[in-house]
Amino acid sequence: MSQSATAEKDSNPSSSAGQSPGKERELPIRRVSEQIIEIVSDSGEGAQTAGTLFGTVCAKMGNGLWTVEIIPAEIEPPARSRAGASGIRIRFGSEPVGNMGDQADLVVAFNEQVLYSRIDTDALRRGTILLLDDRWASSEDPSTREAFEKALADFHVRGYDVREIPIHAETAKVVDNPRRGKNVWVVGMLCAIYNRDVALAKEEIRQLFERKRKGEKVIETNYRLLEAGHAWAMEHLDMRLDIRSQASDEPRVVMSGNAAIALGTMAAGIEVCSMYPITPATSASHFLAADFHKAGGVIHQAEDEIAAAGFAIGASYAGKTAVTITSGPGMALKTELLGLAVMAEVPLVVVDVQRGGPSTGLPTKVEQGDLLSSLFGQPGDTPNIVIAPSDHQECFEFVITARKLAESFRMPVFVLSDANLATAQACFECPEPSEDWLSPPVDQSEWQEGIPPFDWDAETGLSQRPIPGQPGGQFVLTGLAHDEESHIAYESAINQYAMRMRSHKLAALQKTLKPPAVYGDEEGDLLVVGWGSTRGAIEEAIDRIRADGIRAGALCLRFISPMEPGLSAIFARYRKVMTIEINYSDDPSDSLINDDSRRYSQLAMLLRAGTLTDVDCWSRVPGQPLSPQMIEEALRGRLEALK
Amino acid sequence: MYGLKTDWLEEASPRYYSVQDYEGAPARWCPGCGDHAVLTAVQRLCRDEQLAPEKTVMVSGIGCASRFPHYMKTYGFHGLHGRALPVACGIRSRRPDLHVFVATGDGDCCSIGAGHWIHAIRYNMKMVVMLLDNNVYGLTKNQTSPTSAKGSCTNTHPTGSFLRPLNPIQTTLGVTNASFVAQTVDWNPPHLLATLQAAHAHPGFAFVRIMQRCPHFQPGLFDSAQNDPNELLLLTHTDGIEVEDSIKRVLKNQHEHDPSNLDGARELADREDAIPIGLLYQNGNADRYDQFTALGIATSRDEKMTAIRAELGRYRI
Ligand SMILES: Cc1ncc(C[n+]2csc(CCOP(=O)(O)OP(=O)(O)O)c2C)c(N)n1
Ligand code: SF4
Ligand SMILES: [Mg+2]
Repeated sequence: MSQSATAEKDSNPSSSAGQSPGKERELPIRRVSEQIIEIVSDSGEGAQTAGTLFGTVCAKMGNGLWTVEIIPAEIEPPARSRAGASGIRIRFGSEPVGNMGDQADLVVAFNEQVLYSRIDTDALRRGTILLLDDRWASSEDPSTREAFEKALADFHVRGYDVREIPIHAETAKVVDNPRRGKNVWVVGMLCAIYNRDVALAKEEIRQLFERKRKGEKVIETNYRLLEAGHAWAMEHLDMRLDIRSQASDEPRVVMSGNAAIALGTMAAGIEVCSMYPITPATSASHFLAADFHKAGGVIHQAEDEIAAAGFAIGASYAGKTAVTITSGPGMALKTELLGLAVMAEVPLVVVDVQRGGPSTGLPTKVEQGDLLSSLFGQPGDTPNIVIAPSDHQECFEFVITARKLAESFRMPVFVLSDANLATAQACFECPEPSEDWLSPPVDQSEWQEGIPPFDWDAETGLSQRPIPGQPGGQFVLTGLAHDEESHIAYESAINQYAMRMRSHKLAALQKTLKPPAVYGDEEGDLLVVGWGSTRGAIEEAIDRIRADGIRAGALCLRFISPMEPGLSAIFARYRKVMTIEINYSDDPSDSLINDDSRRYSQLAMLLRAGTLTDVDCWSRVPGQPLSPQMIEEALRGRLEALK
Repeated sequence: MYGLKTDWLEEASPRYYSVQDYEGAPARWCPGCGDHAVLTAVQRLCRDEQLAPEKTVMVSGIGCASRFPHYMKTYGFHGLHGRALPVACGIRSRRPDLHVFVATGDGDCCSIGAGHWIHAIRYNMKMVVMLLDNNVYGLTKNQTSPTSAKGSCTNTHPTGSFLRPLNPIQTTLGVTNASFVAQTVDWNPPHLLATLQAAHAHPGFAFVRIMQRCPHFQPGLFDSAQNDPNELLLLTHTDGIEVEDSIKRVLKNQHEHDPSNLDGARELADREDAIPIGLLYQNGNADRYDQFTALGIATSRDEKMTAIRAELGRYRI
């Protein structure tokens, strides 16, 4: 989706855009607390680049930020197709933003057809302002003209505030090929509408194109596109909004969740990231690819996910804690090796950026469908650690935590992110990296005589591992049932004991955890439990129902294996406990479904089993993040039933 | 005790390793199993080369052959069926100081692990890979393997297997970046040892297919090759595997083959009248992926911190 304006015209940009400062209209600026805007286009028109650019400018001006990528299933779907929408949503506001929000306030569309995929996902409301490229009205192709007119009429019926604007025509005044250039023109326009700092936008443009190793000429052209869009909007649009930001001295960073995972990998001192490309996990490795070696690491693109896991386990066995990053189908392939890591107690960080399943499912879309398979996916009893970051900062931090846990507890640690976190850009306080986060140098000292390779502490199951190179530590790691010496267990009692040792590590870890904090009311009518990327939207929904006097709280679980302690006691303080998740569960109101047959969502199933509380659930798999509004409606529905 | 180095100890009293220093648990293979001979040869090699046991790692998959690491007193990794090579590559990736050996079976390598096999050849990371090829699945009790001769009667094909066998030498030679391809037999210990020595000395991925007897499930499989020295074709060349004159006196069926000649190697691999033993192909200059994976290996903690800060700085607002 890289966009750059390569061809430029010789004419003076300001005159060609027909602008002079004198024509700009003085309009009052309206302050709002937040805005949701979208830029949608055919794929390859740079909407995502533009949105990221604009979002970064907002973040730099101190706004809270959350972006959502709108991705078509194909790399190059046909132009002007309903399913081919490519673009980005940008939610920015005075306060920190933790989710995508509800319907958009303003949508910029490069053609009318792609808007329908947004309409289908309920992204627009009555009154949404539509800034639509007018070029299709004068298309040479009568069927295009007709389609455009028809859609316009439909948009009016739907109550959108449609403005036809000359995106293509105005861009063409600056560059030869407006397809590569209108995205930056649009950023200029948005800067005018939202009173953004144009100098900041230029700075971002410079950084963007320098990263792409483009020359000064390309940067200059894009400056002119930005200025042209800005000038045109100042003259022709009657919208002037501003979103104040809270002044803060804390240095912040803005990035996607996958970038945060990549940075966390570096900051954890992990030396090997072994992967096989799979959406939506791959970009984490892209972020690492360029500079990982400067932080002492290497990326191995393996021949498949099985090999990726094997390679990581080999590296880790040799003393270099490794990470393998993948998504659901890759997790399935790694299963057997993950079981080996549990059995043979090899530290390993496994990042699963979840997407829609089962099978190939929805490759680019969000789902939280891998929770149970992470916990129980491997054959036999495989106690492992499962943690789930709920925002970008946690994406960064949890990799560091995971490495430490993997090494201390000598087991694989699964970090469950998802497509929502992976692709969303958001801000967080800039972490201050610490040397303590780095993995320690490989221990090559003499192994103490008489200590077996699995010197299990009889209570906690914890033990220290010998690393190749340590004299006297020689042992043969095996996936077969084994005793403390790692000798194949030929006696029946050994297996029971070894299983207990591996299981107790989780109990030992759980003992160090504190009960989780509740957001909102500490007791009352309703407790909503979630995990992972839904936290922001759940908390926003809780705010809304609490504003109506309902006493409700939200709980976001970061540790799922071992389960965070004290949950039964917390649950007992509410009349109703339910989970909100993005995975499938049966709808209890379906006629076929009854108490015996109802299949619960994944966390709900775990909580019911673990706490013996009648935990209800509401879960959906729309292939997009849950909006606060969807959650709010679900909660109100369930509360209604409670009356 | 991190930081306590053993170097000074070595200087004071250099260690000398005897064969016993490499002997692990007593081998549990069947009597007469060819794996015993390979184990002995590897222990000799380690002794001859004085490989520090703590710096030596035996990696394997699952199968009779893959029990190998248990019978060594080095570090070992007895992993999963078919997955020895990715693990070995992972070990090698950041630990150039370790001597990595892989013991794998014909099912392990050429069937379930075939994908990894092809890619590991291409990665060409330094390690010795021993394919213990008994033409059968031993551990799971007598099923057809990809290398079983056509017509082999096994539990899965009691009336005889249907397909012609896969030729592991030909396959290996066919992979881009193959750098060392040799073949030997378990019943000729001097040739076996000499081949493993050459493999160990090779700067890259050294693939050695070892014809291995399985008297339990394939009795008599190699009897004629064992009894009639003319069924072996000894490859000779100054760049090939150096063998004692005594071997040359017994194995009179010889062929002078320059191991840099890939086409010649392919022709030899296809010979059906005799089993060529010796070095079929070697290229000491093939690209080595372990040079790529070792990138940044010496990065100091300070340099790491600087890089992490710089990276975070790119996202600063
Ligand atoms: C995933 C998986 N599938 C199947 C098996 C069962 N299995 C164990 S060893 C083996 C074949 C062994 O044959 P080979 O690799 O030739 O070794 P050999 O026993 O002949 O030395 C099989 C199929 C397994 N352990 N794991
Ligand atoms: S079954 Fe065959 S390969 Fe396995 S130990 Fe016995 S003789 Fe050796
Ligand atoms: Mg076999």
